[in-house]
Amino acid sequence: MQYLLSVIAEGASLADDAEMAAIDVFNEGLRAKGHWVFAGGLGTPDTATVIDNRHGEEVFTDGPFVESKEYLAGFWIIDAPDLDVALKLGAAGSKACNRKVEVRPFLSNPE
Amino acid sequence: MDVQETIARAHHEEWARVVAALAKRFGNLDVAEEAAADAFATAVVRWPADGVPPNPGAWLMSVANRKAIDWIRRENKRDGKQREAQMRYFDDEPEPLDAIGDERLRLIFTCCHPALSMEARVALTLRMAGGLTVAEIARAFFVQETAMGQRITRAKAKIRVARIPYRTPSVEDLPGRVSGILAVLFLAFNEGYLATGPDADPIRPALTAEAIRLTRLVHALMPDDGEVTGLLALMLLIEARRTARVSESGELVPLGEQDRASWDAAMIAEGHRLVRERLASGVAPGRYQIHAAINAVHTSARHLRDTDWSQIVALYDRLARIDPSPVVTLNRAIAVGEVDGPRAALAIVDTLDDRLAGYHAYHATRADLLRRLGSMPAARAAYDRAIDLSGNAAERAYLARRRDELESRTRDQSLSRDPG
Repeated sequence: MQYLLSVIAEGASLADDAEMAAIDVFNEGLRAKGHWVFAGGLGTPDTATVIDNRHGEEVFTDGPFVESKEYLAGFWIIDAPDLDVALKLGAAGSKACNRKVEVRPFLSNPE
Repeated sequence: MDVQETIARAHHEEWARVVAALAKRFGNLDVAEEAAADAFATAVVRWPADGVPPNPGAWLMSVANRKAIDWIRRENKRDGKQREAQMRYFDDEPEPLDAIGDERLRLIFTCCHPALSMEARVALTLRMAGGLTVAEIARAFFVQETAMGQRITRAKAKIRVARIPYRTPSVEDLPGRVSGILAVLFLAFNEGYLATGPDADPIRPALTAEAIRLTRLVHALMPDDGEVTGLLALMLLIEARRTARVSESGELVPLGEQDRASWDAAMIAEGHRLVRERLASGVAPGRYQIHAAINAVHTSARHLRDTDWSQIVALYDRLARIDPSPVVTLNRAIAVGEVDGPRAALAIVDTLDDRLAGYHAYHATRADLLRRLGSMPAARAAYDRAIDLSGNAAERAYLARRRDELESRTRDQSLSRDPG
């Protein structure tokens, strides 16, 4: 079962050195325990481009699809047997990156 | 016992067991709920005609099992994908039996999972473990039946999609998760006990009785947990005073004015026995146990004047050490008022203004202390504020009477002072 752990950030600051070091330790733990699938940090929302190609014409819009104080700063995709394990990992991840983390299940569960 | 009573009793005794066993076997709360409801509906038709089976529990379990398999077959026909997902769930390795083996406990832990909202936990627990219908739960919480149905459906969907595990928590997580269950049960009890809402019956015994029944079940499953015992004792000692608590005219009767002869002696005896059991254990009590002990002191006094208030102050001191909340300070101040007088109590109460200004009991307490100190205008203002803030009709009626008595007393005093 896979879960998306979204890092919710406020303000424009990226992770500082101490946070990066803690994230590295957390990532190592994910790999060692077999939870690691993928992870990455994202550029700030003002670097985003929204594309609408539903009507046969590509329309580009500068900026994120939703303007809000809180935004997605990065994410992990993890493998966990159930939500209890995913929540524990989410809690450790939140501590490591010093930001809020949303835990959300993927719909299909490739195993 | 006639058949209807037998069915009602079987529902009380077997519902949670049937749902829990089906949920464990089929890994799906929807199946468990539907099949259990079907099995009981079948019993309602069949038992009066065919007679009550020799082992009602086993009969219900086997009918529910068949219904569950039918349900899954039906769903499979409808949706091939679902089948795939469901089969995968079944194929999971069976978990090793944990320290607490009863299926019903797994069910309650799942319904009270911290990833669900408190509202969802209460509703789900009353439905899945308590066997109340969605309509009954909706009525109890003054929510439209469709809204309550959606709340429960959404919670079940989250359990399924996010895969909230169907198991008792690990030893390290157990204390936190148990207190989560107790919070759910106490919330249900309190909602039944002191109902909020404009047209709420002041007390809804069905909900308090249901909360007690579920707490009894948890206590039977975890007899060594002091806080579970404490909560059961607390509920019993409060419930014992239920009928004395509202007058015939629908007014709240405070503890000091209740007819103590009408308290339920059996419930009080059971509550006292549980409190004594905890005291004898020698283990430091948690908050529910201390609350139960406070209620045990109150219910030990044959007359109000026999109340051991210094014992109550000591218990509140102890409670404040683990729960330093302003509400605990407020309740402690009431006891202090009985030991050291209203002036000492008011001095404590007045320190809480910034934190409890929106709480009706804060103003009601102040009003009573001010009245005893003879500050009638201030007392009246405090009663007014308490009445505005109280959500319970019986409580408002009581507070209004106290306020009006204040006015007539002030008038009497001014009349008697009047030389004419």
